[in-house]
Amino acid sequence: MYAINPERIDLAQEFKATIYGRHSGELQRVLNRMRGGPNAGRYVIICTRRHREWALARMGQRAGDAIEPVPGHVFRSEEEAEWAVFKLRWHELTGRELPIE
Amino acid sequence: MTLAIVGYADRMSVRPGGRLKVMVSCETGAAGYRAEIVRLICGDDSPNGPGYKERPVEHPANGEYAGRRQPINAGSYVRVFPSPALQALSSFTLEALIWPTTPGRGAQTLLGRWDAARQAGYALILDDTGAVALRLGDGSSEIFSTAAPLDTRAWYLVSASYDAQTKGVRVTQQPLRQRARDQSAATLATTARVVPKAPTATPFLMAAHAVEERAGMLATGGHYNGKIEAPRLSRRALAPGEAGDLVAAWDFAREIPGDDIVDVSGNGLDGVAVNLPARAMKGHLWNGEVHRWSEKPEHYAAIHFHDDDLYDAGWEADFEVAIPADMKSGIYAVKLRAGEAREDGGHEGFVTFFVLPPKGKATAPVAFLASTATYMAYANSHHGWDDPLSEITYGSLLEFGPTSLFLNARREFGVSTYDVHTDGSGSCYSSRLRPILNTRPKYSLWNFNADLHIIDWLEASGQACDIITDEELHAEGQGILKPYRAVLTGTHPEYHTRRMMQAVDGYLQGGGRLMYLGGNGFYWRIAFHPEKPGVIEMRRGESGTRTWIAEAGEYYLSFTGEMSGMWRASGWSSHRLVGISFGSEGFDVSSYYRRQPGSFDPRAAFIFEGVGADETIGDFGAVGGGAAGLELDIVDPRLGTPPHTLVLASSENHSNVYLMTPEEIISTYPGLDGIEDPRVRADMVFFETPNGGAVFATGSIAWAGSLGHNGYDNNVARITGNVMRRFIDPTPL
Repeated sequence: MYAINPERIDLAQEFKATIYGRHSGELQRVLNRMRGGPNAGRYVIICTRRHREWALARMGQRAGDAIEPVPGHVFRSEEEAEWAVFKLRWHELTGRELPIE
Repeated sequence: MTLAIVGYADRMSVRPGGRLKVMVSCETGAAGYRAEIVRLICGDDSPNGPGYKERPVEHPANGEYAGRRQPINAGSYVRVFPSPALQALSSFTLEALIWPTTPGRGAQTLLGRWDAARQAGYALILDDTGAVALRLGDGSSEIFSTAAPLDTRAWYLVSASYDAQTKGVRVTQQPLRQRARDQSAATLATTARVVPKAPTATPFLMAAHAVEERAGMLATGGHYNGKIEAPRLSRRALAPGEAGDLVAAWDFAREIPGDDIVDVSGNGLDGVAVNLPARAMKGHLWNGEVHRWSEKPEHYAAIHFHDDDLYDAGWEADFEVAIPADMKSGIYAVKLRAGEAREDGGHEGFVTFFVLPPKGKATAPVAFLASTATYMAYANSHHGWDDPLSEITYGSLLEFGPTSLFLNARREFGVSTYDVHTDGSGSCYSSRLRPILNTRPKYSLWNFNADLHIIDWLEASGQACDIITDEELHAEGQGILKPYRAVLTGTHPEYHTRRMMQAVDGYLQGGGRLMYLGGNGFYWRIAFHPEKPGVIEMRRGESGTRTWIAEAGEYYLSFTGEMSGMWRASGWSSHRLVGISFGSEGFDVSSYYRRQPGSFDPRAAFIFEGVGADETIGDFGAVGGGAAGLELDIVDPRLGTPPHTLVLASSENHSNVYLMTPEEIISTYPGLDGIEDPRVRADMVFFETPNGGAVFATGSIAWAGSLGHNGYDNNVARITGNVMRRFIDPTPL
């Protein structure tokens, strides 16, 4: 399985600059690693104010389980949510905090 | 964060003079609700689109109504009609061949008369551990289990007997195929304490048991997941290997296309299948000798039951909507509102419907063909979050709103043909006789709501347009298209029956003009049920972009006996019909088209009037920011693109998330994404058909999302308008 190199901060910067669209091959591997795998505990977003506000949540262990909110994360755009989840996943997969906001 | 109000109508399309029955449920306990008829113009309420537009319709049905909650009883089963032979039973043997798919996931009833409320009766069951058991009750219950869990997806002969004289109980499970180290054969012989007595009104069911019956609606529980074949009931406790004294022997190979369940014992204990369990399912005899069930029905003598099957919610009507004789053909909705207004929109529901022109009469030169078969195929889809591949496919986080949260929590509203059932088997039927929560405005820009972008542009253009739907296309054939100079499709007309394909082909051969304004159209082969209203069937065969794959030997439709799967596998790729077919998909950002040499051919001059030779086309739009996006179609002469087809424009510069569809890849290899594979593109094409007809096709689902850009003044709208005006002109092309 592909392992994310925590030294490649440039890939995180590339993602932050272009959340959706064409990415370098190496960043695509990082995203595939983050987005692949089973659904249990997957980060998702819940739209709380249509087209204006989203909250962070996680899926349950099985299909049909309740979607559980993750308190403390409110987003004003989908891009903001993508970046927040990227940072959370970077930490979970590399053991290191991303040193960029 | 749930929906306050949901509803459905008894039909999706209606002609002037007709009536709709509307069924409503207030899901959060509202004492009342408001209903209003509206004509839908644009369902896109996002800040990037043309803006949400509806027109109020004065109608006597508008008003306040009392709210109530209406239940849905999902899960399929067989109900045997009442019989004195069942009432007279004291000793018995229950027997069946079974192929369980979720043994151990709670107790599941196979067959018998069991009243859960009264804890009375008898039933052959799988117990909590997945072992075969006999449940007996006389007000209190006893369960006699073999205590040996069955294996998943293996055939077993299972039986249980009760002797009223001796109170002797015998329960047996025997795998049909011997396997090394298999511990799942077992027999239990013991004596019962209770004397089983089913209440007179308790029905004999298979794959479920009765919970209660109220106002003619049976509530069921203990739903079984898996196949049952050749269930039998005898009036005696049979010894192992013994047969005889049959009360009933049901043969599921009989009457496969319908709901009828036939007793072949001669005693007439027939029944009916409820909630569309899957039929034409291969049984224990199937060996690959035949693949079409009609050639050897005895190899297809199984029914596959699922605890989330649903055909007709069966709700009581709240009110009717009479369609006045002068009601304009259009797309409408009963807008329902209950409780306080919410910022997530969950207080609002829509029952969408299509008002057709009077039968045999066109009221406009143009018709919009609403893809209702495709809307049904996607009805209440859970795939966008149930499938672990969704996020990586979309290239974006999964997003839940009140509708998807509701569907995730309330599986009794049924699933779509994109979903797998709770046992992992593919869902091959989808009905509209239930609240369909994703065919509505103010929802994601996909299918119905994306198609409203076309209606919005027609409205803004001042172009009169009739609405017709797939159901009429199937029922009435090309006659419904013939009165129109031009027919416009939606953004994703994906599912078609044979009659629908023939109707479109016949229209084009006869000089009709078709504007295929989408992508991945005319792709899957389906059937409507010949008699039951409002339900389609499809089997996801050997290739195509699929979310599940039909089991070997189960590619043929139970409704009609036709092969399902891709139209391409039936020798009728959409290349033949519209010049292009599905090639790739991606869901992050959309791109633009660049003009190709075909666009400079004099035959295509009318299409590009007012469009510069070097203009990029559609580098804007409400769907991913471009006109070329989501699902993309390309030409292929080998698969039927007519040789005189002009490729007018092609898209380029797609992202990594765009990938080729499996039917285009005969083996895997690197370099299949939008950056590396030149086939990841949309081809816009034009070609003439006999007798002065023509096809214009855009090859992209996102196209319509660009029509409204810059106040409808843009090159996507210009090209579409140029084509439509010329197609309305009767001068032969």
